[in-house]
Amino acid sequence: MASLDPQGDDVTESIRARGLTQTFGANRILAGLDLDIAPGEFVALLGRSGSGKTTLLRLLAGLDEPSGGNLVVAQPRTVVFQDPRLLPWKRTWENVVLGLPPQGARERAAAALAEVALDHRTDAWPLTLSGGEAQRAALARALVREPALLLLDEPFASLDALTRMRMHVLVEALWRKHRPAVLLVTHDVDEAISLADRVLVLDEGCIALDLHVGLSRPRSPAFAGFYDLRRALLAALGVEAHDDAPLEAFAAGI
Amino acid sequence: MAGLIPARIIAAPSAIVATAFTLVASGELIPDLLVSLARAVVGLAIGITAGAILALIAGLSRTGEDAIDPPMQMLRAVPLLGLTPLLILWFGISEVPKITLIALASFFPVYITLFAGIRGVDRKLIEAGRVFGLDRWGVIREVILPGSLPSALVGVRQALGIAWLSLVVAEQINADHGIGYLIMNARDFSRTDVIVVGLAVYALLGLGTDAIVRAIEHRTLRWRPSILKATT
Repeated sequence: MASLDPQGDDVTESIRARGLTQTFGANRILAGLDLDIAPGEFVALLGRSGSGKTTLLRLLAGLDEPSGGNLVVAQPRTVVFQDPRLLPWKRTWENVVLGLPPQGARERAAAALAEVALDHRTDAWPLTLSGGEAQRAALARALVREPALLLLDEPFASLDALTRMRMHVLVEALWRKHRPAVLLVTHDVDEAISLADRVLVLDEGCIALDLHVGLSRPRSPAFAGFYDLRRALLAALGVEAHDDAPLEAFAAGI
Repeated sequence: MAGLIPARIIAAPSAIVATAFTLVASGELIPDLLVSLARAVVGLAIGITAGAILALIAGLSRTGEDAIDPPMQMLRAVPLLGLTPLLILWFGISEVPKITLIALASFFPVYITLFAGIRGVDRKLIEAGRVFGLDRWGVIREVILPGSLPSALVGVRQALGIAWLSLVVAEQINADHGIGYLIMNARDFSRTDVIVVGLAVYALLGLGTDAIVRAIEHRTLRWRPSILKATT
């Protein structure tokens, strides 16, 4: 039997999943997955397309019920999706405080938008924001609730390379300041190693690899150890990185 | 001063303008105009309200859809203006059949577009609303209703157009007031000038109400890029 505890009573972990399964008809997407994420821990989740990343994230976000297993998630828990998902008929600040009590909402929204350097767009309509601005607004909407757990579902995937680098810096700074537990779902191995304390690889519905990243922050791919981590992760993802041609293998994508 | 076309076929523009002034000055036109306008407004109010309520029930619940949508799709296939004889039999020659016809005619566009609009709201936005703590009513109020408004307003504009059409038909049957009555009366005296003035009044009423809905669209949908671009 699946059991969900939305209040997160007596949780010491921000996420604790035991034997989590999710099946759609005959398709078994998650197959008895175990996962612990400690408060304040930054964890990245890698996996090939179809490995169950999205399914797992939807369970953690409370959008779906698991078919089986045990899941406890700390509250409040917020999400930044791959697309910003701002309501186009509400101004940026109204989107940030969507569903929150109206008392002092504008001030809270303005403060959160200032944290993501978007205070000049407080009254803008979402459809007039650039991709990076919209994603920063979505980040402000997630942070303003002071989450114990912040779920990031490939939030940088549709941004251009320069904007993505700025977002990495911003997310890391905000995480250091507010210290939520973070689960970052991504396709980008370098992004995972740069940001996370731990990198997980999801394969066939289970955590196939759980790698501690012991590098000091802020990190750069030039760090000793970065390359070894990348090679181990790429191998777990089914991409062989040959010693003589590591970059070609990386560029081939996942 | 004979024109190119006999006045019995169509009156000269100058005569039409003159007649329009005379009709207004003599106090004949305005009362009839108000009668027609009142019929349209009452019929539209009933039709739009009923269409919106049924579309909300059908759009927001599966049970509601099963109960409401199939009969609506069947009724929609009935040519409404063909119902006029039945309506007269049921309700006599009072105001009721006229208003019923207008209400029925304006009901379907609103029902269909609002229902489609509700079902067309981006599921991702609904999920986002749920993740950020909106309950079912909150999702309806903040996400589904604003999301279906653009489609519903298109339906309201269609309803207005078809309501005026039904009004014309309704007023040509046994009316003793209204623009339609004015026109039918003019026919009996071959007054093509009065007929044209009546038609012009219908057209102006249609344009006026359409302008009102467009203004509502402009105000409530100002978040849309096309409108944003036009105003900035």
